[in-house]
Amino acid sequence: MIDMKKALVYMVVCVILFMSLIPFLWFVNTSLKSTVEITTIPPVLFPAGTLESYRSAIDEYNLLHFVRNSLIVASITTVVTILISIVTGYAIARLRFAYKGLFMGSLLVVSMFPQISIAGPVWRILQHLGWLNSYQGLIIPYITLTLPLGVWILASFFKELPPELEAAARVDGCSHAQTLFRIIVPLSAPGVFTAAILVFIYAWNEFFFALLIMTQQDYQTLPVGIALFQGQYTMPWGEIAAASTVSTVPLVLMVFIFQKRIISGLTAGAVKG
Amino acid sequence: MRLSLAAREKVFAAALLTPSLLFVAVFAFYPILYSVYLSLHRIVLGLPSLGRPFIGLDNYRQLLGDGIALHSLLNTLVFVFTTTFFEILLGLVIALVIHQRFRGRGMVRAAILVPWAIPTVVSSQMWRFLFNDKYGLLNYALFRSDTGAYIAWLAHPATAFGAIVVADVWKTSSFAGLLILAGLQLIPDELYHAAKIDGASPWQRFRKITLPLIKPAVLIALLFRTMDAFRVFDLVFVMTQGGPADSTNVLQFYGYKKIFAEGMMGYGSTISVFVFIISLIISLFYIRVMGMRLFREG
Repeated sequence: MIDMKKALVYMVVCVILFMSLIPFLWFVNTSLKSTVEITTIPPVLFPAGTLESYRSAIDEYNLLHFVRNSLIVASITTVVTILISIVTGYAIARLRFAYKGLFMGSLLVVSMFPQISIAGPVWRILQHLGWLNSYQGLIIPYITLTLPLGVWILASFFKELPPELEAAARVDGCSHAQTLFRIIVPLSAPGVFTAAILVFIYAWNEFFFALLIMTQQDYQTLPVGIALFQGQYTMPWGEIAAASTVSTVPLVLMVFIFQKRIISGLTAGAVKG
Repeated sequence: MRLSLAAREKVFAAALLTPSLLFVAVFAFYPILYSVYLSLHRIVLGLPSLGRPFIGLDNYRQLLGDGIALHSLLNTLVFVFTTTFFEILLGLVIALVIHQRFRGRGMVRAAILVPWAIPTVVSSQMWRFLFNDKYGLLNYALFRSDTGAYIAWLAHPATAFGAIVVADVWKTSSFAGLLILAGLQLIPDELYHAAKIDGASPWQRFRKITLPLIKPAVLIALLFRTMDAFRVFDLVFVMTQGGPADSTNVLQFYGYKKIFAEGMMGYGSTISVFVFIISLIISLFYIRVMGMRLFREG
């Protein structure tokens, strides 16, 4: 009986693994094929292996340029969002202030409403500021959209710390601000790191605002680049697969190294209430 | 002394909250109000000579008679229902399985996070390639080398819609699964032991213990998935561009096209406001069902 249950679990696990990984591995496989191999029927399972698509994606489609833009936008977004989330999250976790429920509710609304409901005005504001096609033009909306995520994770992390820590720090004469930055933040390094990973992934993957704001190739991020790859006569599938692999490999590495943190971050506060 | 302490806490709280309030106010709430303002005007980008006349509710009247908008609304709702249904169902299976103890569980959990971590644009291109009419893996899996039988999945309304549903379910079921898993982990083992001693069958234990106790987690997964499916955009942009014949056109894509491809800033904003109101209604509904769980303090 127990063995049957075990067998069933392993079987379902295998199906889940297969479904989760095979489609993407097939795309990685495609990125290593020659143009002829990509269009062959029956499909080539083991390509001879060529980096031709990567070379072409770099030389003809500016792949490294997109990577650079994505790195700049995602890193700055992450740093700023985390700094603001630390202070906001702390206030929510530990301080009393009026309309706290309303404040948290509005954060939740910001994180969930469809982007189109603010797209036109955000575009106009950025146009007025002359910030369309600029890094800050994309970073600022990204900070706004990732703040709820960062605040939510950090607030739930701060709540888990024993309040006696702060009481002790206060007795020792620390001010509010000193307590936060000298005691709480160092102790919350794992939570800060978790929030940072999730914010980075969000900013690295975001497409809608990047598409609106970055209309010139010079400033476009990877998702925009990959979505707009166009060949002259045929779809450049090899190049698309190569660029997709490049944009995804860092994320896959993060997922395998930080699996526990990511899962705890995704479910932070959501279930424990 | 006590009063001044309390006052100092208030000042400190205000200082801590100011930066996030500023961002959210300027780049989220003000734009929503600005959308309402724009929706009451006729504004066409590229035709500045028209000015920006105030036209009251004309745009809203136009929206009610706009067949494509209503079709997009219907598509969006069908998309939300089907994807959320399958995602919760698969998520439940995933959660129940990865909650078990087995060798390599950590690696399996990481592996199912892969679809979640992949940029949607990338998974969309990937599925577009798998559904390709000439050398897609799906056609080969179904028809082998009989290329004459190959189906152009993304060129027919029903199959194109099915394709974006499949791509979405593939990418986000694991997220639903993780939320439900978090709920499962809160159930104390003693409950199962006690039920076992009382002679409850595995099915009874699942029905009477597991299901009722993971209900809050399932509701939260439902909320997140519904709201996220409602704003589907990347998939449609990359895989179908709303076609064929608007069969995969969804509200967010339609609004984008009106504002940014056609320059109809006024009418497009009407769609923005409409979308915002619907999503607000959906989230209020969920919050009511959940009894404000999310906002409970402490």
